[in-house]
Amino acid sequence: MKRHLLSAADLDLPDALLILDTAAELAAVADRPVKKLPTLRGRTVVNLFFEDSTRTRISFEAAAKRLSADVINFAAKGSSVSKGESLKDTALTLEAMGADAVVIRHSASGAPHRLATSGWIRGSVVNAGDGTHEHPTQALLDAFTMRRHLAGGVGDLAGLDVVIVGDVLHSRVARSNVLLLRTLGAKVTLIAPPTLLPVGVELWPCSVSYDLDSSLPTADVVMMLRVQRERMSAAYFPSAREYSRRYGLDVNRMKLLQPHTIVMHPGPMNRGMEIAAEVADSPRSVIVEQVTNGVSVRMAVLYLLLGGSELSDGSNGVPVSEGRPL
Amino acid sequence: MSANQEMRPVLDAADVGRALTRISHEIVERTRGGDVVLLGIPTRGVPIANRIGERIADVVGHQIPVGSLDITMYRDDLRLRPARALERTELPPGGIDGAVVVLVDDVLFSGRTIRAALDALGDIGRPRSVQLAVLVDRGHRELPIRADYVGKNLPTSLRENVRVQLVEIDGVDGVLLGGPDEEGTPE
Repeated sequence: MKRHLLSAADLDLPDALLILDTAAELAAVADRPVKKLPTLRGRTVVNLFFEDSTRTRISFEAAAKRLSADVINFAAKGSSVSKGESLKDTALTLEAMGADAVVIRHSASGAPHRLATSGWIRGSVVNAGDGTHEHPTQALLDAFTMRRHLAGGVGDLAGLDVVIVGDVLHSRVARSNVLLLRTLGAKVTLIAPPTLLPVGVELWPCSVSYDLDSSLPTADVVMMLRVQRERMSAAYFPSAREYSRRYGLDVNRMKLLQPHTIVMHPGPMNRGMEIAAEVADSPRSVIVEQVTNGVSVRMAVLYLLLGGSELSDGSNGVPVSEGRPL
Repeated sequence: MSANQEMRPVLDAADVGRALTRISHEIVERTRGGDVVLLGIPTRGVPIANRIGERIADVVGHQIPVGSLDITMYRDDLRLRPARALERTELPPGGIDGAVVVLVDDVLFSGRTIRAALDALGDIGRPRSVQLAVLVDRGHRELPIRADYVGKNLPTSLRENVRVQLVEIDGVDGVLLGGPDEEGTPE
């Protein structure tokens, strides 16, 4: 593992499998009477959120607390950022407070990369979503959920047919998922109206289609993306109703799916827009489980970044699975 | 494995088998077979726990719960080495509350692994009592911990290495003793 987690592309296959396997073991902690491990005692994790978030922030906070780390939550609203403080000065403040890891969400693509490479802080940086760029821990929890349901909870996702539908243009979730799922061997198809596909999508390691209905019968996973109205400055489709007709997952479309196919959504959902309420609440939907798995996956990431020693080359080396030289 | 040629066998397969049989009988004798839960500490404690479990079942006539307990997250030397991959923790369905838990490991050395295991147990439940069974006790304790059941007391120097081999993992049963090993050693 590298010292930071900035992009799903940073993870090669052994790294990705290590995180998923670690998360699988850590998931059992949630079922125990004492939902806590002493592993990160004395370490400080700062949640630096410049953008609104419910589940990601809570999920990282729960993950860090279950590993006994001290958690400092920083929300841009109500902080000195609203007085005009720069990212650099905020980072220097956190460094002065002794942050071992900074979990950052920012509306600007590349902010986590800037934080990690500028030399402002010494700790690990975890990207919790930057602009329309990446959201690697979401991709990891999605892969973890798929593996649990469709691959017996072990190994990679070779041969899995994953369909990602909706606002790919603004979606950091889609970008991270394409990169990670490719690493894990799944076949990804992006489906969106042409206006909601980014420039250069033909170079991504996936196929692209404008037609939802033809892709559904062979899919193992259907992931619906949120229509991100807050990032939309222009009209990308004529009306919400037309979008919903052509790209929304409703009850009729759900009937096209194979019996084992699962439906995912990174949340928050626009019920009735990209996904019908009946679908979101159906037995196929694993949307609530995605949230649960998010805590396990983020525990795994924090443990692997912070749990061991740091080598002089800035990486934390190759994990050792055997040998207990005590 | 590079240091293998310098290592000499101290227990062969038959010795290991006899030691485990004796430990099994001692556990039955001491606990009268009631409410025993065996928890193996990965990696090599797990197959040893399974074998002891089978032997006890032969004696008492019914299966006894066997599980595994990974102690990685409770180690006191985590920050001295890169982050490690986790091993499996599998608790028997009945849990460990009120049971006599026998921790099983291959080698007892500093006692730090067992210290970590006791901490891990405390977060999982409240056993009636906790006992310790090891195949080899090589001495050099750094904590006030001792084993209740020992397969073989093996006097060693600190520079020596003890390597336990089991059919399930290594393809062969045996215990080797030898000179310093470059690769880091199992406890």
